[in-house]
Amino acid sequence: MAWTRKILRVNLTDRTCTSEPLNMEWAHDYLGQRGLATKYLASEIDPKVDPLSPDNKIIWATGPLTGTMASTGGRYSVVTKGPLTGAIACSNSGGYFGAELKFAGWDMVIIEGRASSPVYLSIENDKVELRDASHLWGKTVWETEGQIKSEHQDPQIRVSCIGRTGENGVLYAAIVNDLHRAAGRSGVGAVAGSKNLKAIAVRGTLGVGNIANPKEFMKVTFEKKKILKENAVTGQGLPTYGTQVLMNVINEIGAMPTRNHKDVQFEGARKISAEAMHEPRESDGKAQLINNQACFGCTIACGRISKIDATHYTVVNSPKYWGASGGLEYEAAWALGCANGVDDLDALQYATMLCNEDGFDPISFGATIGAVMELYEMGVLTKEEIGIEAPFGSAKALTYLTEITARGEGFGKIIGLGSKRLCEKYGHPELSMSVKGQEFPAYDARAVQGMGLTYATSNRGACHLRSYTISSEVLGIPVKTDPLTTEGKPALVKAFQDATAVVDSTGLCVFTTFAWALSDIQPQLQAACEGDWSMEKLDLMGERIWNMERQFNNAAGFTRKDDDLPARLKTEAAKVGPAKGLVSGIDKMIPEYYDLRGWDTEGRPTAETVARLGL
Amino acid sequence: MQKSLHIDPSKCTSCLQCEMACSFENYGVFNNSLSRIKVFEFHHTGAKVPYTCTQCDEAWCMHACPVEAIKLDKTNGAKVVLEDVCVGCKVCTIACPFGTVNYVAETGKVQKCDLCGGDPACAEACPTGAITYVDANWTGLERMRQWADKLGNPSA
Repeated sequence: MAWTRKILRVNLTDRTCTSEPLNMEWAHDYLGQRGLATKYLASEIDPKVDPLSPDNKIIWATGPLTGTMASTGGRYSVVTKGPLTGAIACSNSGGYFGAELKFAGWDMVIIEGRASSPVYLSIENDKVELRDASHLWGKTVWETEGQIKSEHQDPQIRVSCIGRTGENGVLYAAIVNDLHRAAGRSGVGAVAGSKNLKAIAVRGTLGVGNIANPKEFMKVTFEKKKILKENAVTGQGLPTYGTQVLMNVINEIGAMPTRNHKDVQFEGARKISAEAMHEPRESDGKAQLINNQACFGCTIACGRISKIDATHYTVVNSPKYWGASGGLEYEAAWALGCANGVDDLDALQYATMLCNEDGFDPISFGATIGAVMELYEMGVLTKEEIGIEAPFGSAKALTYLTEITARGEGFGKIIGLGSKRLCEKYGHPELSMSVKGQEFPAYDARAVQGMGLTYATSNRGACHLRSYTISSEVLGIPVKTDPLTTEGKPALVKAFQDATAVVDSTGLCVFTTFAWALSDIQPQLQAACEGDWSMEKLDLMGERIWNMERQFNNAAGFTRKDDDLPARLKTEAAKVGPAKGLVSGIDKMIPEYYDLRGWDTEGRPTAETVARLGL
Repeated sequence: MQKSLHIDPSKCTSCLQCEMACSFENYGVFNNSLSRIKVFEFHHTGAKVPYTCTQCDEAWCMHACPVEAIKLDKTNGAKVVLEDVCVGCKVCTIACPFGTVNYVAETGKVQKCDLCGGDPACAEACPTGAITYVDANWTGLERMRQWADKLGNPSA
């Protein structure tokens, strides 16, 4: 079974909390987390709904393997209609919150309506109540977590909450749990804020005890952990260097989007790399990196715990930042660093701490700053408007803009709209490096062609986690493909998208797929869940989930023209590196991709496809 | 040879595999709140420390128990709670200087680490070697080896 078979439905308008049985038929078709929560959302809301209105819903969802001994079995997803994109939003987080929610006896929490004043949801196993959060409104993520634990006199409570950016409607506000882990992208935090929902606090002591075949489950999860341990990426690269292991690798192949994608290599990459985090610094002879942090059940432990240099200009008068805190991940280091030409490692650590502290996505934020800096250098934006001189490379500008965005002050309010709205406001929509309104992550679509198609077709706007073809095109997992060619990429992207949709629905982390194929996850599901979980069933399920998300977006108004990249990537060739002279071949890949998907030329699943997938 | 659990906090990542293994071994359920080994996180320093009973030779809990519900397992040195004898008076939880005997409200008894009968599930589950089950007389052997390495193989 592995599911608790229970859903908590909370209506904030009526202030009611009700328990209802999980639809097990849907669980067998959509598994959990991303797939199952999207099925519920798509069945319950109008795709055209205003994301920040009470008619939108937001769902916290675990998977069948969340809260079990399967390695990385601690994930949960937050699913809603996203305010940054207007598309389906599904953000995934680790830490300990997801397992705790499951231990409290809930597969999912569905939030509806809007509270008339700030509230938080308190869950202690079956005891569920909405509590006043007026005193928490205006507080950061870190303050909120501390205060809730102290009020309940229970340090073991897990909290998933928004910071000030979620309250202020920053369109890429995140939902943060366990201080440093986030359902980071697409503005899920702004949706929670629009509903006056500050936090969900959970304490679960019931555990997960309904594994279908416990003996087999222990045996197979043990064997699969061994595979992770022995793999070069999950057993060495990620534990030693974290996701930042990629900084030098991606820079060397000329796939590092730099200065708002004007360049594809960053001369300062080494200074902000994983290796730099290990090096002793001048001021105190200590390295920035303290140690690794695993999420619940994770035997990889890619998370970083760092300490900023206490003499750095950003924190010299702020002792509260001197302690250990969540360290730089590759995506954050890229967006806060390379996208703006900033190579000050401690400035990036400071900015990433503020993103955690007030709950906003460093990717969309950093990439928006990249656009601001380009507009500043063009003379479109001035020092008076921004509040500081903001040329590319200015660490001072980056950290100042991070502060005012976190607090919702001055120009920070405009930065909080994201790059698409900001660039439109100043008359240069072409400078927003985004798809469907969501900013690119850290791989240049000219140098890694498959990623261009990944971004253009991702159902939640530009995103690397929907089909991480870097695995194949750069790392050679499961087979090496040439990153510079478009040939074969539609099929590669489709295969990655479908498999990832399943992984995101299990309760496991997608990082396991550096070492595991879906066929390594299948026996773990089979041992945990009743019924038949064949590879054929899972393959079809991945495709079903992808098409369900696509149908939601189509109904929300997205069309063929939204599956595109900014002109810069299609007309301005890479200046250096292996991709020198290349632009993205996105226009060539899209028709082939639609065809493989069983979609018409406008990107709509055909009647035959819909029927085949049982949608 | 007597063996004992050896803990090296510097290797712990706080993945909690040990806690799940413990609750599964003893209760057949993944439930960290029932675990007899606990991982403590200290956010300000980043330290993560697994902690459980060290099986004291002259165990305070065993001597304090008024009904002799805590017995020595002579095969491995573990001090084991006899659930059917325990009356739930909690005197052992007061006597233990380290807090590693705990009351379980659901059963009305106390629980503590019993070394899983000589094959501790937590040590088997630990992915980083932070928890090992080693010769009790040589719990410091690995650390000695590291320092010996430093002495004998000075880095170039």
